[in-house]
Amino acid sequence: MKRIVPIGPYHPLQEEPEFFKLIVEGEKVIDLEINIGYNHRGHEFIAQKLTWDQIPFLVERICGICSDSHPYACVMAIEDAAHIEVPLRAQYIRTIIGELERIHSHYLWLGLAGHFIGYNTVWMWVWRYREPLLDLFELIMGNRNHYAINKAGGARRDILPEDYPKIEKYLDLLEEKNTMFTKAVLDDPVIRARLEGVGILSREDAVAYAVLGPTARGSGYAIDVRKDEPYDAYDKISWDMIVCEEGDVLAKAKVRLLECFESIKIVRQCLKNMPDGPIENRVEEIPAGEGIGRHEAPRGEVFHYVRSDGSNYPIRHKIRAPSFMNIPSNEVAVRGYSIADAALVLAAVDPCYCCTERTVVYEDRKPKYSGADLLRLSWQKTETLRRRYKR
Amino acid sequence: MTNAKLWGLKKSPWVFHVAAASCNNCDIEILDVITPRWDVERFGIVLVGSPRHADALLVTGVLNRKSLPRVIHVYEQTPKPCLVIAVGSCTCDNHIFRPSYNAVGPYDKHIPVDVYIPGCPPKPEAIISGVVKALKRL
Repeated sequence: MKRIVPIGPYHPLQEEPEFFKLIVEGEKVIDLEINIGYNHRGHEFIAQKLTWDQIPFLVERICGICSDSHPYACVMAIEDAAHIEVPLRAQYIRTIIGELERIHSHYLWLGLAGHFIGYNTVWMWVWRYREPLLDLFELIMGNRNHYAINKAGGARRDILPEDYPKIEKYLDLLEEKNTMFTKAVLDDPVIRARLEGVGILSREDAVAYAVLGPTARGSGYAIDVRKDEPYDAYDKISWDMIVCEEGDVLAKAKVRLLECFESIKIVRQCLKNMPDGPIENRVEEIPAGEGIGRHEAPRGEVFHYVRSDGSNYPIRHKIRAPSFMNIPSNEVAVRGYSIADAALVLAAVDPCYCCTERTVVYEDRKPKYSGADLLRLSWQKTETLRRRYKR
Repeated sequence: MTNAKLWGLKKSPWVFHVAAASCNNCDIEILDVITPRWDVERFGIVLVGSPRHADALLVTGVLNRKSLPRVIHVYEQTPKPCLVIAVGSCTCDNHIFRPSYNAVGPYDKHIPVDVYIPGCPPKPEAIISGVVKALKRL
């Protein structure tokens, strides 16, 4: 007999409001319904009311965990539209902050994954070593989160040479602790029993659902913007892409933990090779045209598109966050596992609902509006507006 | 009777965390407060799983049309007297989302708020200080 187990929208397991309907038979999950929209704030609309210089501050507030990734992709899109080069030093600064943020995000996920399997020791432990990193952010940029380091044409703040030893010192601590976590998490029989062989997403499914980031790399699908289309300092230093074949939750944890080592490697090299010079090129004006920016956020590729008509404001700003692609893959990953595993599997893609929120209207389990319907509605609205303003 | 309840509330407030349409940052900072560096669980401040067990609500994020009825529902389920602590600038005055079509105003338009903690996000120290202020007011 089918039963429905609701999770959310305000559930102690979740940080954010989202609603899952687990359709179960006994203990086994046979289907999943995802209902989001509790977090919709209308960023793309607000962006059209802000000037080019203000937009990075807005997109930063899409998500607090990847608060460097969105502005990063956004300023890359603006730079693409304005055809400007970024000074070398600014490129290195951005790369360093991007990688430090990846470590902070992966640690956050690891801690929460520990919390989800009822292993709070892992949570407390990992978050304890996340704290010095936030101190480092505060040292460099003045805030623990929402760093505002990215600016069209360069970086907003410089990393002072006297801060290098502090960063190095933290990286040493981090490398030691990351080795410990990797050993602890991957060798612990309890964690292994909970994570191994759970929530398997096969490579075919990963490709079919177009998943991104560690979710894809954990399923043996090697995709990473930093390697595929290198930007900023990523092609000037050596690092490896981490790919695991298994596709279960343990593989995703493994990818994230090993990626932290790569991030440490990248930051070390960047600090060593950091060139001198200016940290920003002044952007005089943004000509009419369009630009795209792609950045590998901790969860996968984040994509920004801007269109300019030559004025101070963008006329279109489109955002696609990685979780938007990753969350639907839960449908196949969670099927066939027990309810106890479901919470973990749903969290395994490191979902970020505040990045994802789009408004979808559902009726009888089916989207009410298809693409064609939305087009028709949009035409209707244009028509009414035209009539109202008599153009 | 009320005095007895207030006395109990002061000693070890149990909090429930409500994120309306937050960007996660205030939520992370709230979780940060209970992790080893600050560790407010020492003082009996515990995050609980249900609003029915809670003495205080920590609300974060800007309110939007879809989460508003749910947040009011959560508030109604919380046994009174309860504290409502608004964490983050979005809860105080909608912050950067003021022009949005989906933001339906600060919390105090809809539910009584006891303490406002501005900041984007407020530092864990600020959150602790806000909770302490809320308890002192009782």
